[in-house]
Amino acid sequence: MRHDFLDRYSRQDSPVHRLSAEAKLVCVLAVIVLTVAAPLSALPYFAGLACVLATVALAAKIPMGYLGMRLLWMEPFVLGVGLLTLFQPGGWTIFTGIVVKSTLSLVTMVLLANTTPFAEILRVMKRARMPGLLVTTLALMYRYLFVLVDEAERMQRARLCRTFERRRWIGWKTLATVAGQLFVRSTERAERIYAAMLARGWK
Amino acid sequence: MHIPDGFLDLPTAATTGALAVTGVGAALWQAKRSLPQRKVPLLGVTAAFVFAAQMLNFPVAAGTSGHLVGGVLAAVLLGPAPAVIVMTCVLVLQCFLFQDGGASALGANIFNMGIIGVIAGYVVYAATRRLAGGLHGVLLGAAFAGWCSTVLAAICCAGELALSGRVKWSLALPAMGGVHMLIGLGEGIITALVLAAVAKARPELLETTAETPNTGQVVTLGLIAALGLAVFVSPFASEWPDGLEKVAGKLGFEHFATDKPLLPAPMTDYGIAGVEGAWVTPLAGIIGTLAAFALAWLLARMLTPKKAA
Repeated sequence: MRHDFLDRYSRQDSPVHRLSAEAKLVCVLAVIVLTVAAPLSALPYFAGLACVLATVALAAKIPMGYLGMRLLWMEPFVLGVGLLTLFQPGGWTIFTGIVVKSTLSLVTMVLLANTTPFAEILRVMKRARMPGLLVTTLALMYRYLFVLVDEAERMQRARLCRTFERRRWIGWKTLATVAGQLFVRSTERAERIYAAMLARGWK
Repeated sequence: MHIPDGFLDLPTAATTGALAVTGVGAALWQAKRSLPQRKVPLLGVTAAFVFAAQMLNFPVAAGTSGHLVGGVLAAVLLGPAPAVIVMTCVLVLQCFLFQDGGASALGANIFNMGIIGVIAGYVVYAATRRLAGGLHGVLLGAAFAGWCSTVLAAICCAGELALSGRVKWSLALPAMGGVHMLIGLGEGIITALVLAAVAKARPELLETTAETPNTGQVVTLGLIAALGLAVFVSPFASEWPDGLEKVAGKLGFEHFATDKPLLPAPMTDYGIAGVEGAWVTPLAGIIGTLAAFALAWLLARMLTPKKAA
């Protein structure tokens, strides 16, 4: 599996990438809070933010096509919930406001993910004194995520090669077996990881 | 059900954020006390497993597919406190890496799916398990709990949207609740199927983790979940029909309001034809719950091998 479909450009070199992760994280959170808090009529703010985001994307050498693809990928979720607001008086105002706000926030988060490796964000969390158990779990999760997704894909491929049953119920049962087997393998992997951690002096 | 940025106003986002921090903090404290050291890597690997399992698409109909959320599955396999931590990690990573769910709504998403979904699901599971023994009880409890957890999380989500003044409660509850009563069926079925598969491959994994939970703990957790739900649902109990009009008046865009909606609503309320009154929504809810329970029971019966029953 290609591992970099999430944060493909996070390991590039550019002025934006070289900024410290703390600074970027604080900026992103501030921008999102401001965007969420801004009244719907604050058009200059939204327009200004859009310009700033475009500049950052250019400076970070993130292709506009990729940015657009990520947005297209996520926008259905926004529109889906957004549609609900239309079924009430004054719906369009709320709808437009929500779509503008969430799209801008979305671009901000995509830019963060593509300029800051997740390991850096974890390091910031650790320095910010987040509970150790949480950071350890996140770090292990990020480390083994791709291993397990790979394993799931491998098992699914193997299943596709061997089963020819077209009935949906059987399909569900075999898929669930794949998931169950994946959990069994995960627990075995966790035991091996623990042994390896102990061997390297973890406490 | 991941809420994107912009759907919650700041007070709601801050409240849910504070609740999420408290809940996750309590779960971490509980896990630190009772979780053996050797289980620490299991949390991270299970979180990765939940994430990978969400990528397996179950075909539904006409090219659409659904996937597992996994809160109840984690709660049954690991217990409630570790499951809260696992789901929190899944949601944090989805937020930062996938941009699935907004950063300002992260607290709300953790609260809905990671805390209410897991804790309420676990309470339902523990209560239902008593009805039947053995694997049958585990599967019945997990299937029904999967459904309940999805619906309850959706109701919380509806409450937050309504509190933020984005969608009317009278619209948000039936729409979110109704849709997730269907989605929840998938979650319940997949959860039970996966547990049945685990039970077949490594029964001891279920025996150690799925031992009958003690009553005191379940009652406490039940109270916590009920309180959490009440925070977002009770503001509407007194003024069922409308929270938004008030908000609209406050924000000063009520003059946009027209009597006629711009588009006809897909379901005016999820009522039953011929039945009128304030009790229609609760009645539909009760019927849905009973139907889901019956389905869970049938499914569990089907999946339990005869000799183990």
